[in-house]
Amino acid sequence: MFNEKRIAMKKKLLLLLPLLIFAVLASFFVVGLDRNPREIPSPLVGKPLPEFSLPTLDAPEQIVTKERFAGQVWLLNVWASWCVSCRSEHPLLLEYAKTNETPIIGLNYKDKMPDAKAWLQRYGNPYEMSIVDADGRFGIDLGVYGVPETFLIGKNGIISYKHIGPITEESLRNIIIPKIKELKQQ
Amino acid sequence: MIPEIGQFALILALILALVQGTLPLVGAAQGIPVWMFLSRRTAQGVFFFLILAFGCLIYSFIVNDFSVLNVASNSNTQLPLHYRIAASWGSHEGSILMWVFMLGLWSCAVSVFSRHLPEEVVARVLGVMGLVTAGLLLFLLFTSNPFERLFPVPTEGRDLNPLLQDPGMVLHPPMLYMGYVGFSVAFAFAVAALLGGRLDATWARWSRPWTTVAWCFLTVGIMIGSWWAYYELGWGGWWFWDPVENASLLPWLIGTALIHSLAVTEKRGTFKIWTVLLAICAFSLSLLGTFLVRSGVLTSVHAFTTDPRRGLFILVFLGLVIGGSLALFAFRAPRVGTQGKFEFISRETALLCNNILLAVACGTVLLGTLYPLFLDALNLGKISVGPPYFEAVFVPIMALLIVLMGIGAIARWKESPLAELWEKLRAPLAVTVVCAVALPLILGRTHWQSVALLALGFGMAFWIITTLIVSVTDRLRHLQGGLWYKLQRQPLSFWGMWFAHFGVAIFIIGVTVVKGFEAERDVRMTPGDVISVGDYAFRFVGIEDRQGPNYHAARGTFELLKDDKKVRNLYPEKRMYFAHGMPMTEAAIDSGFFGDRYVSLGEEINDGKGSWSVRVYYKPFITWLWGGCILMTLGGVLALSDRRYRVYARKPAKELLAGHTLPRPAH
Repeated sequence: MFNEKRIAMKKKLLLLLPLLIFAVLASFFVVGLDRNPREIPSPLVGKPLPEFSLPTLDAPEQIVTKERFAGQVWLLNVWASWCVSCRSEHPLLLEYAKTNETPIIGLNYKDKMPDAKAWLQRYGNPYEMSIVDADGRFGIDLGVYGVPETFLIGKNGIISYKHIGPITEESLRNIIIPKIKELKQQ
Repeated sequence: MIPEIGQFALILALILALVQGTLPLVGAAQGIPVWMFLSRRTAQGVFFFLILAFGCLIYSFIVNDFSVLNVASNSNTQLPLHYRIAASWGSHEGSILMWVFMLGLWSCAVSVFSRHLPEEVVARVLGVMGLVTAGLLLFLLFTSNPFERLFPVPTEGRDLNPLLQDPGMVLHPPMLYMGYVGFSVAFAFAVAALLGGRLDATWARWSRPWTTVAWCFLTVGIMIGSWWAYYELGWGGWWFWDPVENASLLPWLIGTALIHSLAVTEKRGTFKIWTVLLAICAFSLSLLGTFLVRSGVLTSVHAFTTDPRRGLFILVFLGLVIGGSLALFAFRAPRVGTQGKFEFISRETALLCNNILLAVACGTVLLGTLYPLFLDALNLGKISVGPPYFEAVFVPIMALLIVLMGIGAIARWKESPLAELWEKLRAPLAVTVVCAVALPLILGRTHWQSVALLALGFGMAFWIITTLIVSVTDRLRHLQGGLWYKLQRQPLSFWGMWFAHFGVAIFIIGVTVVKGFEAERDVRMTPGDVISVGDYAFRFVGIEDRQGPNYHAARGTFELLKDDKKVRNLYPEKRMYFAHGMPMTEAAIDSGFFGDRYVSLGEEINDGKGSWSVRVYYKPFITWLWGGCILMTLGGVLALSDRRYRVYARKPAKELLAGHTLPRPAH
């Protein structure tokens, strides 16, 4: 008798499960509705950019290391052709690239070369060059959560800012550009 | 004047829908026949006013009435007539109106084709659909009025998004929405069954054809969407695991599970609770898809409109519909669940596992789609999950599913002795293994990785085909007479299963060959250049300007060559639409049974020689993807044409109930 009751109880709980799952989902939606890309502190900010030696998209036989960019302020933008939100930040990058303020270097992350090239051809190429991180190993060193992410690197090769998610007009105007100006004056 | 009539029609439809959603439900609960009888008439009334409203919107688009905001922002005097009509569902407001319109259409269809159902059931089903209709109409009228006026009236409208100016995009949304909304019928039947506490084989038989129709529409809708992405986005992909694509795949997966589970419920009287849950989930996911696309919660290429207020409204609506039905499920489902018995090795088990796998596949896709949202909500940043994740989790689940698909088609109901099953599966297994390993080697692949992937794909396809052959011979063995006579004796529902599964095999062959043998070249070409891809070559003849109705185009001419002989000319275009200033790529495709030759224009290269960057693809067997989807749909149509449905449709309800109801569960 007691056992039967327990089984019935279990069954009732099991049938409640879909409702509970939905409740969790719905609460995420509520929070998600008025969300904007947020900054989170990264352990790498204030530290030197990790070492890398990787090929570039245009010249796969050519290997680039971080010394190539020493002495300038530059942006490292992690992107991939499979990344949907990259498409939303892309026009901003294109526009910013036109000002020639700072070079934007792409980090093509876990992508296939032909796809990546086709993507740039289709949406335009804001990058001075794109470094290819096909297996995502450099991405691990960089602590890439996902794509897109953007790193701002100073003349001394130290990461001064990390932006997670697509760049928006506000974040570019209010955070990234002022920081670039600041870094350039150092 | 016309837009006001449309608006007024929407308000009347809302009032009627509120009546449809309340009185019949109360009537069914209290046993008031007059109130129950209201359901059919009100459903038809709602549909009448929705036709009127939708007609008014289309009319405003046809006559270029730019005093309507919706028309002014999505149409243009230069836009050709057929795209002006299509533009009426190209915008957010219009597409929601179409959603409601189709809900009205389905409700009306239920009211017409339900003469054999007990009045109580009809009242409940239409009542539930009426509530959903009312909710969406409120959403339409309060947050996205398609008839909103604009003053001062502009002399010219903005244009329809160039991406949507395409025959595929004209057909895609109506088909997809017919599928999405069609699941509302199965949903309403499930909720009605929970409310009435009666859930039996008859219930499953009533829901089945509706679910199958919706599933067919959804399959075609997804196929057209994929086909559109393939030729319109200009880089030869056919599925991007984009949130919006996933949103249409989710209800399809659950809908597929539902079709199978309904079959078990009807034939064997088991899986009832599970079937009801699937019916609720299929429609919930359809609503969720709409929410994800329309609220801007996830960024996507397809999300044309984003407005948090709308998102909030849809979210509340979702909470009420999904939360309400799941709560009802949690409290009422225990009453309906007497499960029939079956042995471990049986068709029931195979179908149960198939259901679980489909649900798991749906769960992983849902997780991948929403994962960025979860991270964002937990303040971990915005990211996007790409094809690497989906391919890694989706393919293994599908492989398991395919294995079961072969077994399930052959296993017997209730109990299938292992020895007998093995006897039947031996030959297919042997053929599958031999072919799967031999074929990649014959086709000249030697690297173990590509051999393994091809073998997996071919193996799945051969497994389905060989087991399907066995399923036919198995059925014919006991019959006397000629082959054709014996084949004709099989019910159409069997052929429905057969063709749908065969379609899956064809689809898998398509995917396997495309993935394994596609070739692409991305090159700079000067007029006169020849580039070869696969067995074919393309000669770039030149570029000329062409004037379209609302765009300029640079039209390239390419000669497609095979063995140095010209096959035909191809004309890819790069279009610049006046109103948007947005360049669009129109690929030129030479399509054939064994594959496509595909060329699209990149950018002009300013070297004075008229060079262009050009992409050419050879896509072997890609047409088999669409062919597979069409076969699956054909399977659905065959199942619908089965004699049983036609016979039962004519029989009066009482006779049906007497003959086929399983004992009512004890309360």
